[in-house]
Amino acid sequence: MSILAQQAQLTAPPIDYGAVAPLLIILGAACVAVLIEAFLPRHQRWPAQVVLSIVALVAAGLALALYAGNSGPEGITTISDALAVDRPTLFLWGTLLALGLGSILLIADRSVEPGGAFLASAASRAAVGGGGGGVATGGGVGGGDPDPDRGYGSPDQAPTMQTEVFPFTLFALAGMMTFCAANDLLTMFIALEVLSLPLYLMCGLARRRRLLSQEAAVKYFLLGAFASAFFLYGLALLYGYAGSVRFSEIAAASAGSQKSDALLLGGLGLLVVGLMFKASVGPFHTWTPDVYQGAPTPVTAFMGACTKVAAFGGILRVLYVAFGDTRWEWRGVLWAVAIASMVIGAVIGLTQTDVKRMIAYSSVAHAGFLLLGAMSITAAGTSGTLFYLLAYGFTTLAVFGVISLVRGPDGEATHLSQWAGLAKRSPVVAAVMSFLLLALAGIPLTSGFTAKFAVFSAASADGMVPLVVIALIASAVAAFFYVRVIVLMYFSEPAPDGPTVTVPGAFTTAAITLGVLVTLLLGIVPTLALGWAGAGTFVG
Amino acid sequence: MTELPTVEVASGITSLAWLLFVLPAAGSLILFVAGRRANTWGHWLGVLTVVASFALGLAIFFQTIGMSADQRTTEVHLFDWIAVAGLKVDFGLRLDPLSLTFVLLITGVGSLIHIYSVGYMSHDPGRRRFFAQLNLFVAAMLILVLGNNFVMLYLGWEGVGLASYLLIGFYQDRPSAATAAKKAFLMNRVGDVGLALAIFLLWTNLGTVQYTDVFERIGQVSPGTVVAITVLLLLGACGKSGQFPLQAWLPDAMEGPTPVSALIHAATMVTAGVYLIARTNPIYNLTESGRLVVALIGTITLLIGAIIGCAYDDIKKVLAYSTVSQIGYMILAVGLGPIGYALGIAHLLAHGFFKAGLFLGAGSVMHAMDDNVDMRRYGGLWRKMPITFVTFGLGYLALIGFPFLSGYFTKDAIIEAAFTAPGWQGWVFGLTASVAAGLTAFYMTRLMIMTFFGEKRWEELETSDGGHYHPHESPLSMTVPMIILAFGSVLAGFLLTNGKALATWLAPSLGELREAEGGALPHSVTPWLVLALSALGVLVAYLVVGRRPTPVERPERVSLPVRAARRDLYANAINEAVIARPGTWLSRFLVFVDNRGVDGVVNGTAALFGGSSGRLRRLQTGFVRSYALSMLGGTVLVAAALLVVRFS
Repeated sequence: MSILAQQAQLTAPPIDYGAVAPLLIILGAACVAVLIEAFLPRHQRWPAQVVLSIVALVAAGLALALYAGNSGPEGITTISDALAVDRPTLFLWGTLLALGLGSILLIADRSVEPGGAFLASAASRAAVGGGGGGVATGGGVGGGDPDPDRGYGSPDQAPTMQTEVFPFTLFALAGMMTFCAANDLLTMFIALEVLSLPLYLMCGLARRRRLLSQEAAVKYFLLGAFASAFFLYGLALLYGYAGSVRFSEIAAASAGSQKSDALLLGGLGLLVVGLMFKASVGPFHTWTPDVYQGAPTPVTAFMGACTKVAAFGGILRVLYVAFGDTRWEWRGVLWAVAIASMVIGAVIGLTQTDVKRMIAYSSVAHAGFLLLGAMSITAAGTSGTLFYLLAYGFTTLAVFGVISLVRGPDGEATHLSQWAGLAKRSPVVAAVMSFLLLALAGIPLTSGFTAKFAVFSAASADGMVPLVVIALIASAVAAFFYVRVIVLMYFSEPAPDGPTVTVPGAFTTAAITLGVLVTLLLGIVPTLALGWAGAGTFVG
Repeated sequence: MTELPTVEVASGITSLAWLLFVLPAAGSLILFVAGRRANTWGHWLGVLTVVASFALGLAIFFQTIGMSADQRTTEVHLFDWIAVAGLKVDFGLRLDPLSLTFVLLITGVGSLIHIYSVGYMSHDPGRRRFFAQLNLFVAAMLILVLGNNFVMLYLGWEGVGLASYLLIGFYQDRPSAATAAKKAFLMNRVGDVGLALAIFLLWTNLGTVQYTDVFERIGQVSPGTVVAITVLLLLGACGKSGQFPLQAWLPDAMEGPTPVSALIHAATMVTAGVYLIARTNPIYNLTESGRLVVALIGTITLLIGAIIGCAYDDIKKVLAYSTVSQIGYMILAVGLGPIGYALGIAHLLAHGFFKAGLFLGAGSVMHAMDDNVDMRRYGGLWRKMPITFVTFGLGYLALIGFPFLSGYFTKDAIIEAAFTAPGWQGWVFGLTASVAAGLTAFYMTRLMIMTFFGEKRWEELETSDGGHYHPHESPLSMTVPMIILAFGSVLAGFLLTNGKALATWLAPSLGELREAEGGALPHSVTPWLVLALSALGVLVAYLVVGRRPTPVERPERVSLPVRAARRDLYANAINEAVIARPGTWLSRFLVFVDNRGVDGVVNGTAALFGGSSGRLRRLQTGFVRSYALSMLGGTVLVAAALLVVRFS
């Protein structure tokens, strides 16, 4: 018996189930969701999937809260040190779960777009769309329905929703959670793929403007694969340098090594490019506007909020744990990248005429701001960045929730000219959108201000004053295009056949309310969240 | 360096100071939320909250005045706004003579203007929205002056910017209003960047943003950094107060309703810059060069404002440039340092009275003249609207510094102090300020003559909808505030400067007012010089405008200086050339590099009108291969740069 036990211990590493319970719950729920797709009759799938997703997210949140309440500030590593569960991880997990819940609510809504925004059965249409369509529909099971606006099912049925999107979301979320907690590069790479593949598919599921959506999916997939290749190459170089893929050992190797730094820095460069692609940091942002615009809006909300959190969670950990000691070697380059990102986002955002593309460029600018915090290898930098991610995620979620409500005869009215005079038609939606845009611009008493303040003060305390100057100027420029939307909504005459504002269903209302409330609360009483964000640092 | 006051915890009624800004904020919220239901009573709620704030302010003022001078600085801690290790910002208030002075000005003049607006906006369907926004402004402005740290100040700073933006664009159907609102917002943002940077610099060097700690420890900061901080603070002040080179938004801001011009763009918000510099006087006291920059900016602005004011025919724009110019005097005063802080604040208060009165008078005239602002269409109105004429006239006399009225005491004091600046500065500051006083007398006299005297040019003209003008006196709700402000215009200067009452009161915040000594001109000469120049201005105005008929249409063939002044001394052209055009080029260049924005715009528009899927397809013309190429380029750059940095 004892020999057997010993052998078992040798083969299976000990797992701290309490620590990884949130992750396991989400992964388990994702698997169950696949089974639901396979075995439940069509009309029962939507309620079952919604209930399952929400229950899983809430349960994971409870498990997280339980663990966070009982554990100290120092954090542990588990599963043979593959995952690090420390305070930043817990904060990021909490953020991801909350944002995931909001996204699921948006995704599940069937009242804004009758039957939901998702459809996967367009193989016949995809042929028209060019070579990429096949890839996009690869995830979509189901027959080729000739009518693009009709849902899955026979023509005489009411349009129903493609419910594969729920397991995709859960898998992507599990991937993101693993990504932030990954303690070595291999785990990180696998998590990257786990989070990316469902996202590629989800982008192509739009019920309306299918070609746009599928094209976005293909672009995202191809560029994502390209970026993954960079990541892998970087991984290989770093392994060659350090003889290990574990962050702490890379750090140790770089501290006392006589080897050539070429491998280390080359590897770091490639690795960081792969990470920054996911975080849509300029100049690696090129996919962002197209994908944000093409993907169904609830998916854009999910990507805009959660992917940013996961990607920056990963960047933070890599820079802090693996490359903290070599920061003087790479910081100059990241300065340039941050400047590029802020300038590209703020300036090109000015010329956008589509509200989703505009938010996409805004996210590029925000990625630049976030990079400021991620570059300061200090406790304040880490906590500021974490807080920024939380604040930005909720604001973005609510922004896309609102965008999904403004609709013309053929789907969402995303062209800015269609938003003219919106305040006259729907004062509440216009007011909510204005508030959220002001939060993105960083006006005080919104979360955007607190977040910027935290990140910029951390950056300036760590000797990056010139960068803070540029960041402030960039946010002043970016404020212009947010304000332009407000001006358009309030001070312009509405177009005669302008869009209508759909009365949102309970799910969308809940998601938007959640986003707005968090944006407001983090602006007025941010102390609690800032405290959580700064409760501890990364374990090595 | 001046002695810093000890800070005590507020007690008694002072501990209720949070109500000062909560009341108007709550009023604003109720008016926004209640919607149309509040249309019948909303404006009275707006008035009530501000009047209540004023009453509370008075009570606190009297309690404070009963205390000894070294106990007059108190703080009210509300809650920890941001409180984590290494980052602590209070949500707290600082009640001291300086902030209380501003509280009384804001709520006092604010109350009068609220009452005036009840009459002025009575026919406007958006009256409730107007009062909601006006209340929001008052709340934000109170936060600005009451905050006990720089972040609270920034909160109020952005808040007043936002409220001002909303109010300038209040007439939503006018495109010019939207443009003006946008311009104000943008130029203010430029200033805000300066203020934010100054705050981050303070933060980086001292690790705190609380006034008390900053002022205590500012001596530890290196002199170069102190100069940088003062210049950045000044940039913030320039944005908000319409000072050179950011003055161009203020005249355009007159697109808002006239009470807004009176409250925000004359009496309160635009003086925030003066407040900022006076509040941070312990920082400015450390650096002579920082103060010199402030004084220079003030001098340039007061001259620019006075020159342009001579050329406009729009009654509100003349008053607006007059405001720019008068705030220039205040900035000059605070730039003079310990001999000037209290003088600047005194002029600010006096100006708050008479300029608010002048704007309300202008509003009354516009009310009578079918909202026309062109003075060439006025004339001979004094008989038709006697109350407006008298109150406006008193404001006018106060502004040009007529002996023993407000401006005489406060403006002359600044000019006297300006002459005492060392070396060339005394001559430059003093003479410029004196000449501008003459110009002030000229443009204001011109305004008076064109509006109230001469021929009744409006008799021959038609209103925009084809009727005739029927000028009439305004209702009581409008004239009573004007009368009260007129009393203020007459008496404020004497009351404030008599026995240095204000300076003594402000001493705990600003330090003792140091007597200005020596200087370019003897003290006995300066008042006579200013008086002579002002009289000359009045005389010239009488000769040029009063004795000749005023053409209804603006003459186009005018001399070069007039043309330059009419075009705001080319401020907009300069902004265009220096900021807007390079900005456009940069964005075009980036879009080009980003290789899709231009196509996206064109095709996006096409798709909007076309709508067919074939056109939608063209929405995304970006090719994956070019995206991938740009990523590859970026990667090569990053990797190469890393290696070059390491091995070079």
